[in-house]
Amino acid sequence: MREITADRLDDMARGAGILGTGGGGDPYAGKLLAREAIRKHGPVPLVAIDEVPADATVVAISGMGAPTVLLEKLPAGTEELAALRALEATLGRPATHIVPIEIGGVNSMIPIAAAAQAGLPIVDGDAMGRAFPEAQMVLPTLIGVSNTPMAVADDKGNTLVLNAVSNLWAERLARAACVQMGCQVSCADTVMRGDQLRDGLVPATLTLAEDLGRAVREARTRHADPVAAATEVLSGVELFRGKVVDVERRTTGGFARGQARLEGTGVLELSFQNEHLLARLDGEIVATTPDLICVLDTDSGEPVTTEAMRYGLRVTVIGVPCDPRWTSPGGLALAGPRYFGYDCDYQPLPMSS
Amino acid sequence: MRIGIDVGGTNTDAALIGDDGQVLAGVKRPTTEDVTGGIASALTALGATRVSAVMIGTTHFVNALVEAARLEPVAIVRLGLPATAALPPLVDWPDRLRQVVEGATYLCHGGCEYDGTPISELDPEELQRVADDIRRRGLRTVAISSAFSPVSDEHERRAAELLAAELGPEVHLSLSAEIGRVGLLARESATIVNAALRPLADHTVAAFAEALRVAGITAPLFLSQNDGTLMDVEQARRYPVATFASGPTNSMRGAAYLSGLTDCAVVDIGGTTSDVGILVGGFPREAAGEALVAEVRTNFRIPDVLSIGIGGGSIVADDGTTGPRSVGFRLTDEALVFGGDTLTATDLAVAAGLASIGDPARVAHVSPERPLKLIAERVAEAVDRMRTSPAPLPVVLVGGGSILVDELPGFDDVRRPDHFEVANAVGAAIAQVGGEVDRVFSGPREQVLEEARGEAIARAERAGARPGSVRIVDVEELPLAYLPGNATRIRVKAVGDLDLEKIDA
Repeated sequence: MREITADRLDDMARGAGILGTGGGGDPYAGKLLAREAIRKHGPVPLVAIDEVPADATVVAISGMGAPTVLLEKLPAGTEELAALRALEATLGRPATHIVPIEIGGVNSMIPIAAAAQAGLPIVDGDAMGRAFPEAQMVLPTLIGVSNTPMAVADDKGNTLVLNAVSNLWAERLARAACVQMGCQVSCADTVMRGDQLRDGLVPATLTLAEDLGRAVREARTRHADPVAAATEVLSGVELFRGKVVDVERRTTGGFARGQARLEGTGVLELSFQNEHLLARLDGEIVATTPDLICVLDTDSGEPVTTEAMRYGLRVTVIGVPCDPRWTSPGGLALAGPRYFGYDCDYQPLPMSS
Repeated sequence: MRIGIDVGGTNTDAALIGDDGQVLAGVKRPTTEDVTGGIASALTALGATRVSAVMIGTTHFVNALVEAARLEPVAIVRLGLPATAALPPLVDWPDRLRQVVEGATYLCHGGCEYDGTPISELDPEELQRVADDIRRRGLRTVAISSAFSPVSDEHERRAAELLAAELGPEVHLSLSAEIGRVGLLARESATIVNAALRPLADHTVAAFAEALRVAGITAPLFLSQNDGTLMDVEQARRYPVATFASGPTNSMRGAAYLSGLTDCAVVDIGGTTSDVGILVGGFPREAAGEALVAEVRTNFRIPDVLSIGIGGGSIVADDGTTGPRSVGFRLTDEALVFGGDTLTATDLAVAAGLASIGDPARVAHVSPERPLKLIAERVAEAVDRMRTSPAPLPVVLVGGGSILVDELPGFDDVRRPDHFEVANAVGAAIAQVGGEVDRVFSGPREQVLEEARGEAIARAERAGARPGSVRIVDVEELPLAYLPGNATRIRVKAVGDLDLEKIDA
């Protein structure tokens, strides 16, 4: 059995930041939370999907809220366990494994902190293979797994257990509670048995995040192109290199929405709602959700989050194919461009270029 | 006329700039332990007293942090409970520095949510206990931070009033809302650094003023900030952390001024390090993402600089490699040409005939070719790492140590402008004045941005900028959800050239 030790978090967080496609929150605070939890409680066992017993009780732990809020209002540190215990009380049985709901961004790290605190192993995989802004946008929704009961806990000690008629309803109710609770809460939800993980998770994404983070770091050390190294690990395609010339954003309904304009050889327009969802090159669509649109600092290969986008940054935009289950009709209905209000259909990445 | 001064760890440089912008004179003197002596000696050497302003750039404060020396232990007060407790202050600091700086840490109630509503109410009794403990421990400087203070700094200010009333005027208070931007840990760390430097700042700024007095200069004194703008003496005493990146900013802007180039690489070779930066449109390229200063993560906007340990005082090892160990300010005692017994980079330059200082006879036995070639290769490699395209890039060499390098492999256009050795001081002298707007605006985006820009420009002009020279250098928008009328906190910074006639008036 492998284990996640504090010294592996840097690479893992860097890779998770890239997989966050601009959103999911800067993993930095999450990395510190995971590091402090591992220092206090010891390393976290990391198990592959096929190592999990069929009757295991696997619980997803995540943070919900606006990423900008986490930069400023750090957690109390009690939220994850409070949510887990509230969920277990409703289930009437203890969790046996923790799993990330989303590998992209800070939610790759929060479950590591939770697993360390709870003394449980973490499953190597996640329910998105990237970052998405809403709770129902997970592979378990496609196979009919409910994300409720869902327990939500804030930094003040409030907890809430939701039962909803659909995963979308759970998202709507939890989001409303999240806003009232200060836009930064922990959730324990999407309970799966071990034998559901193959269909409900994108496998080995914690390992992928670490491989990705390591590739970028090592490319930098040997003065190679870190963006090219990341593109290779992800089997992605470079879409654009240029400079950020304008960023417009607003926070509405708990989401950071906006647009960024990049100039290089042509003009690239990025539309984001926490994550980058659409890229237009000189007016033509070149990438859409649910494929991954990753923005990297051109020099360092470090991920650039949508909240860190600002004038003058030199960035490279790469496209990475999503898990194929996302491009099924059900997947696109859940997380395709039209769901986010963009008047266009999903368009596969120009992988040949 | 005005005088620019750069107070570095090794040398104090000064430049006299005429009213037509010509550099009239430049001098270099060793930095003295008391700071005053070096400045006074440089001013005396310049020989001009009838000047309209003196601008000082200094690495004194950032060096204190890098060396973890001359720092005052800080009482750290964070308002945010029950939130924020998972990651206490200093959680991401290196242990060595943390031990020096942490006087005591107090997590207290207060702070606000993203929309300005309180996380919890400020608790005066809790702060009373904090004040008692600070007094009992004899701590003299306090850093106060609170969650979302860039949105509402009310709790920070009230806590500061309560602590000031209890602790008296001798205890310094640094408030995070006045120092950094959104991002609690990074802003708090910058505030803690500022607090740790406050006693040193009092002492150092007083030393600067004394040096001017000794040299018979009555003109107003300014210090240069990270962004290339100036602050007055009172501000400098309160915000020493704002000078942190002024060294590279001044040297790059000085190099641009002296060379007439606006897009180039600048290599500033000093006594201990060579610092490589990139000028784009006359301004230093900024570091992306986190800015690490002495391994502390802050959210300053600072120039993107790559430092390598090669300078005039660097020690040459037996295998022919130079640095990173340096004799530093003891160069004039320890270098061979000055009668010492350590082979330094300066000795190589003298042996190669690139410089005529000290006694050349003492290095007659030294073969400088190979070590100098290795130095050029390492500097060229550093410049190459900083470039972002294979397009030809002119390189401007400045700083006293730049005599070590004549050619850089892979770069065709390498120049060393007149007065290269005092580029830092020239950069300080041409520093600009800024105006900043930072408040909540309501209305359509373009309209409020225009309003904010206009206000920032007007403030820069009121602060002494010449009308017409002012331009916007930074725009930051922070949307505030759930407030009526599309409220957005907008921060705009404008800078322009200092209008000396306004100072004289």
